[in-house]
Amino acid sequence: MDDFLLYALIGGLGVAIIAGPLGSFVVWRRMAYFGDTLAHSALLGVALGFLLQINLNLAVVASCVLLALLLVALQRQRLVATDTLLGIMAHSTLSLGLVAIALLEDVRVDLLAYLFGDLLAISPRDLYWIFGGGALVLVLLWRLWDGLLAITINEELAQVEGVPVARLRLTLMLLIAVVIAAAMKIVGILLITSLLIIPAASARKLSRTPEQMALLAALLGCLAVAGGLAASWYWDTPAGPSVVVTALVEFLVLYSLPLRRLGISPG
Amino acid sequence: MSNHHHEPLARLTQVDVRFGRNHVIQNISMELHRGCITTLIGPNGAGKTTLVRVVLGLIRPSRGDVWREPGLRIGYMPQKLHIDQTFPLSVERFLRTARNDDPAALEQALTDVGASRLLSQSIHGLSGGEMQRVLLARALLQQPNLLVLDEPVQGVDINGQIELYKLISRIRDQRGCGVLMISHDLHLVMSSTDHVICMNRHVCCSGHPEQVSTDPSFIEMFGVPGAENLALYSHHHNHRHNAHGDVIKPASNNVKVD
Repeated sequence: MDDFLLYALIGGLGVAIIAGPLGSFVVWRRMAYFGDTLAHSALLGVALGFLLQINLNLAVVASCVLLALLLVALQRQRLVATDTLLGIMAHSTLSLGLVAIALLEDVRVDLLAYLFGDLLAISPRDLYWIFGGGALVLVLLWRLWDGLLAITINEELAQVEGVPVARLRLTLMLLIAVVIAAAMKIVGILLITSLLIIPAASARKLSRTPEQMALLAALLGCLAVAGGLAASWYWDTPAGPSVVVTALVEFLVLYSLPLRRLGISPG
Repeated sequence: MSNHHHEPLARLTQVDVRFGRNHVIQNISMELHRGCITTLIGPNGAGKTTLVRVVLGLIRPSRGDVWREPGLRIGYMPQKLHIDQTFPLSVERFLRTARNDDPAALEQALTDVGASRLLSQSIHGLSGGEMQRVLLARALLQQPNLLVLDEPVQGVDINGQIELYKLISRIRDQRGCGVLMISHDLHLVMSSTDHVICMNRHVCCSGHPEQVSTDPSFIEMFGVPGAENLALYSHHHNHRHNAHGDVIKPASNNVKVD
């Protein structure tokens, strides 16, 4: 196996493992569109990274976090509904990113690689980022798990019970931003949300507890990454979309199985 | 417990809440006491939930003071809890997110509300009444000095409502906590409340249930003719509400006591 494929596989598995539990929160809290918006702003982060000559991963995390904070602030006004706001931000940040990259004169950027992911672009250095960021995300999730579940059930109830709601909500956004930066090279900006939500949605069919769903989502995500990369290798299909198609196949298979008859009923 | 009566748990003094130019509640003062059940009644849009949210500390009043006993533990039961179907959750796991990991306390709370058999069931399959009991159990897990219940009998049939109110009285007797609850109609809640506050943005009248039910402003608001009917838990409603709160046709089982 060539090195670059190995790097892609290891990186992809790392991303799938953190995307499982976080994707479950995205599904439970109906944040899919929010995730999409953050992901689209990643391209602006890439442009800014080139412009300011700083580490691209750092620039992506920073731009995602800034956008998340901006969204929280803008949601307080009531003239524009949240989904409209998300739509405006998603497409504006993507367009701003594309325009900014076009204006960068001395940098040649492989846009397709950022939009749809590129196997060849994974370097050992990216793996440090993925696993360093991933470990941080997992540790934080582990520590904050019960609080995050509590605010997912009901934020007001959690607040009365003494859970630091605002801080946890912000942390969750930050974690999603880290995952987006990590997943960008594997599946690309336009497809990141699918890696968050499809495995989690598939896992729902088999789960009776939130923990089961998070773990299964990670597992199904890993399978999708492995399957997608294999398909990409043998049939020369684009890697990111192949991973997403594999995840879709898992989803369709799981939802067409008559699981109740097998004695597994979702809780 | 009687010696704890009249010990204040929380006090609101001349509280206003405004959203923009809109006065949601105005000049409301009240005290909540240990061992005492206080019921808020009033029409839709009267600001009952807003007032409760002020007591809970979820909104800050635009004017006025809110005092809570230092170390006050509040058990809160929200009006409605929507948990997304995509969230796989058993009753047990739901209760275990309530910041009290003690399994014995969990079982005790469920037993107290008569719902111990629901422990391993999915939260999504519960009936309205079962869900209310589970929410009440969660509130009890906070070991509260003050229980705050926002329409605790919503979506529960009439027999279930009577039972739930009895249960709330029993919890008050056993634990000696104060209770603040919102109710839509006085007649069911009468026997299990010590103090009634009838409000429509401001306090219209307050006092013992019998007192309030004969107060002109109460009668004007609810159109209930006379206290003697109330005492028998029946009065002349010209309509009923279904589980969603919609008005349904006059029913022939309207009991008349003339």
